[in-house]
Amino acid sequence: MAEINLLILVVCLLLYVILGGADFGGGILELLTRGKAAGIVSKAIAPVWEANHVWLILVVVILFVGFPTVYSTVLTGLHIPVLLVLLGIIFRGTAFTFRHYDIEEARPKAIYSIVFQYSSLFTTFFLGVTLGGIILGKITLDYTYDFYTVFVLPWLNIFAVSMGFFMVLLFAFLAAIFTVSELNDEKHITYFSKVAKRLLLGLVLVGALVFGGAQLSGHPLLSEFLQSPVSLISITLATLALPFLWHFLNKPNRTLLRLIAGFQTTMIVTGWFAIQFPVLIKLKEGMDITLQNAAAPPKIQFYLLIALLFGVLVIFPSIAYLYKVFKFSNDSNAINNS
Amino acid sequence: MDALMAARLQMGVSLGFHIIFACIGMVMPWFMFVAEWKWLRTNNPVYLDLAKAWSKGVAIFFAVGAVSGTVLSFEMGMLWPKFMEHAGPIFGMPFSWEGTAFFLEAIALGLFLYGRNRLNKRVHLYAGLVVGIAGVLSGIFVVAANAWMNAPAGFDWVNGHAENIDPVKAMFNKAWFSQAHHMTIAAFSATGFAVAGVHAVLYLRNKLEIHKKAITIALAFASVAAILQPLSGDLAAKNVAKLQPAKLAAFESHFETQKKAPLIIGGIPNEEKQEIKYAIKLPGFLSFLAHGDFNTEVKGLEEFPKEEWPPVPITHYSFQIMVGIGMFLMLIAVIFLAGTFKWEHWLEKKWWLKLLFIATPLGFIAVEAGWIVTEVGRQPWIIYGIMLTKDSLTPMPGIQYTFYTVSAVYLLLSFVVIWLLSRQIKMLHKKYLSNG
Ligand code: HDD
Ligand code: HEM
Ligand code: HEM
Repeated sequence: MAEINLLILVVCLLLYVILGGADFGGGILELLTRGKAAGIVSKAIAPVWEANHVWLILVVVILFVGFPTVYSTVLTGLHIPVLLVLLGIIFRGTAFTFRHYDIEEARPKAIYSIVFQYSSLFTTFFLGVTLGGIILGKITLDYTYDFYTVFVLPWLNIFAVSMGFFMVLLFAFLAAIFTVSELNDEKHITYFSKVAKRLLLGLVLVGALVFGGAQLSGHPLLSEFLQSPVSLISITLATLALPFLWHFLNKPNRTLLRLIAGFQTTMIVTGWFAIQFPVLIKLKEGMDITLQNAAAPPKIQFYLLIALLFGVLVIFPSIAYLYKVFKFSNDSNAINNS
Repeated sequence: MDALMAARLQMGVSLGFHIIFACIGMVMPWFMFVAEWKWLRTNNPVYLDLAKAWSKGVAIFFAVGAVSGTVLSFEMGMLWPKFMEHAGPIFGMPFSWEGTAFFLEAIALGLFLYGRNRLNKRVHLYAGLVVGIAGVLSGIFVVAANAWMNAPAGFDWVNGHAENIDPVKAMFNKAWFSQAHHMTIAAFSATGFAVAGVHAVLYLRNKLEIHKKAITIALAFASVAAILQPLSGDLAAKNVAKLQPAKLAAFESHFETQKKAPLIIGGIPNEEKQEIKYAIKLPGFLSFLAHGDFNTEVKGLEEFPKEEWPPVPITHYSFQIMVGIGMFLMLIAVIFLAGTFKWEHWLEKKWWLKLLFIATPLGFIAVEAGWIVTEVGRQPWIIYGIMLTKDSLTPMPGIQYTFYTVSAVYLLLSFVVIWLLSRQIKMLHKKYLSNG
């Protein structure tokens, strides 16, 4: 049963990356396009962003209920980057809402925008760094080492930092795809398709950097990838999808663009998870935290699963309804907050 | 400041900040629902304006509540990893249900705020109701988790580990009901008086009908809550007397074990000398409040080893503040209900509007005070009788700095929110005055 809960956790994480990613990326995209995207992105995101970030909360709750040692180990060893992510989340979420609701006036709006854009970048970067820290395996449970070894080394290294950049590009890319598929006028579509293509190129380059960084930081990610059939297949599929993506960016097709981008992200996450499993966190000392030794007792997993399944029953139809009301209609410009 | 103190303060500041937005997020949807419902029934456009004006405020509050809540869910592990490692699986069940409630709330809120022009009127109205119900449910779930820290249940503690965990028993622990109803009522009372107070001030300045309607809706909820509050508080106190006698003794500054124990009102407690000065003492009333009989014995702090005493003065003052405010708000509620038949008349009276103005922050002050009673009164335990707060502290050094940072950010955010709301109100007035 712990496996099912873990799977749900990964699905929540994936949904957070895809849905939340588009909205974190929205801020980065605004920054990259010097504000061009501002109106478009926030209009498209506003009705759903509250719901988007609950995926992260679900991840956290599943962790501390079902896999408590993972939760406490990560939040101790990676205390610093997580704190930075949290500060970013505060500034980002509030600036976004304030910009949307404050009365129309140029100066405060400009300030909210700047805060929203830079904190989106900042938060995404440290989210990537945190993930990098979890994957890399320099976290230690021996707190008698010096401060640097216990609290800094696990995340301040080439691999984790390149994961930060990877995350930034990935989220910006997802936001660009999201934006293209929300738009109606030719001029903007061409512009954002171009941006999306550039981001895609950047993503491939930084992806290579991630593998190189892993090697340099003493984590043979590449050879692990080659050894795991599942991750090999998923990364191959993700790569094969690239030309299609490129094609549909040249000739935008809303649904297919979203589907392919979502598919690629899913493949990246699957690929990562396949090499990691059943290890949840690699530790410096080698005694890894695994699915077996981290999972709470079966009874807990059972009740957790019931709560989650009930949640799925209630949440998915309502989310589908929410998206139906606000998304798949062609008058996205008509979204006005009365 | 040592690391433990810093961590406790950071937790307190973060929760104290979140609770304000959480209360508003739980209660305002109900007010909006009533305004919207009235609009559909009466076709009076003032109700529509009110629902719209409120919904903008709610969106702002909701966002701050959501981000500060997200921060909390990480902070518990960043500050108290040992606690979460053991407690997570035990008290996690309410949190996992809460996840669903949040989701529903967020989805329904999205529909309510942005769907006015897209949804059928009824669907839109009921989306508002769903926000309210889900908000109250999520509040009850988290409080059940907190109650477990006061009345741990549903596990056996063997050699520093929990075994035979039963999450259902843990959730329905002996404190959950008394805390859950008291908290829910408190949220309605605090938010209701705050909303009524703000609109009372505005009405003093500009006699707009919208404010009158707003005050009526807010007070209707708040007054019922304020009358129930002392009753519900009495139940809470009886429960504490049973489950956490040291906490009761601390907030009452009751040092000696006594029969016919006096109820102590006000005063300055002195922990060293184990005495309280300048207090009013009502003999026998504490025995009555705690156990329903004037003659029963009430345990004093002297029964407990000194290391197990909660900080006495803070809990004592906080309790006095909460109860004092509770009595005052009940008085206002009684005046309001007694005067409903001449309501129109009273609303034109300056004294009444001023009284409401005075009450604006009181409910929230009582909420903060009540939480200090609960949380500081549990010290030195993080899980009552099982785990000490200091044993669960993170090994991460320099928590002082994260405490300063978090406090500064929340302080800044508080100013921005107040500034934003005042701008919204100015806009509303401009609109009304230009329409004549
Ligand atoms: C509007 C706010 C408000 C008001 C007017 C009152 N309370 Fe309260 N009280 C709270 C808001 C609150 C709270 C913030 O909601 C607490 C903190 C934890 C909880 O469950 O509720 C609380 C806790 C709390 C506790 C501690 C429960 C525990 O530790 O388990 C007691 C004994 C009381 N209250 C008693 C009273 C009494 C006798 C009141 C008489 C008027 C009263 N409260 C008014
Ligand atoms: C939102 C209302 C709440 C407020 C205002 C509040 C306030 C506080 C305060 C002031 C402290 C510091 C006490 C001290 O160390 O002297 C504290 C500690 C703590 N609270 Fe709460 N609390 C609230 C609800 C909760 C809930 C719902 C939970 C968990 C389910 C919780 C969990 C904790 C924990 C883990 C600590 C740290 C350990 C401790 O000091 O015992 N609190 N809280
Ligand atoms: C008595 C204490 C608490 C109450 C009554 C309460 C209630 C609420 C409510 C009603 C919301 C909905 C957001 C809003 O309407 O503003 C909310 C948000 C949130 N709370 Fe709390 N909460 C409390 C303490 C905590 C604690 C201790 C945690 C940490 C685990 C927490 C985690 C969250 C999270 C993650 C959210 C954001 C969810 C969203 O997107 O709506 N809350 N809380």
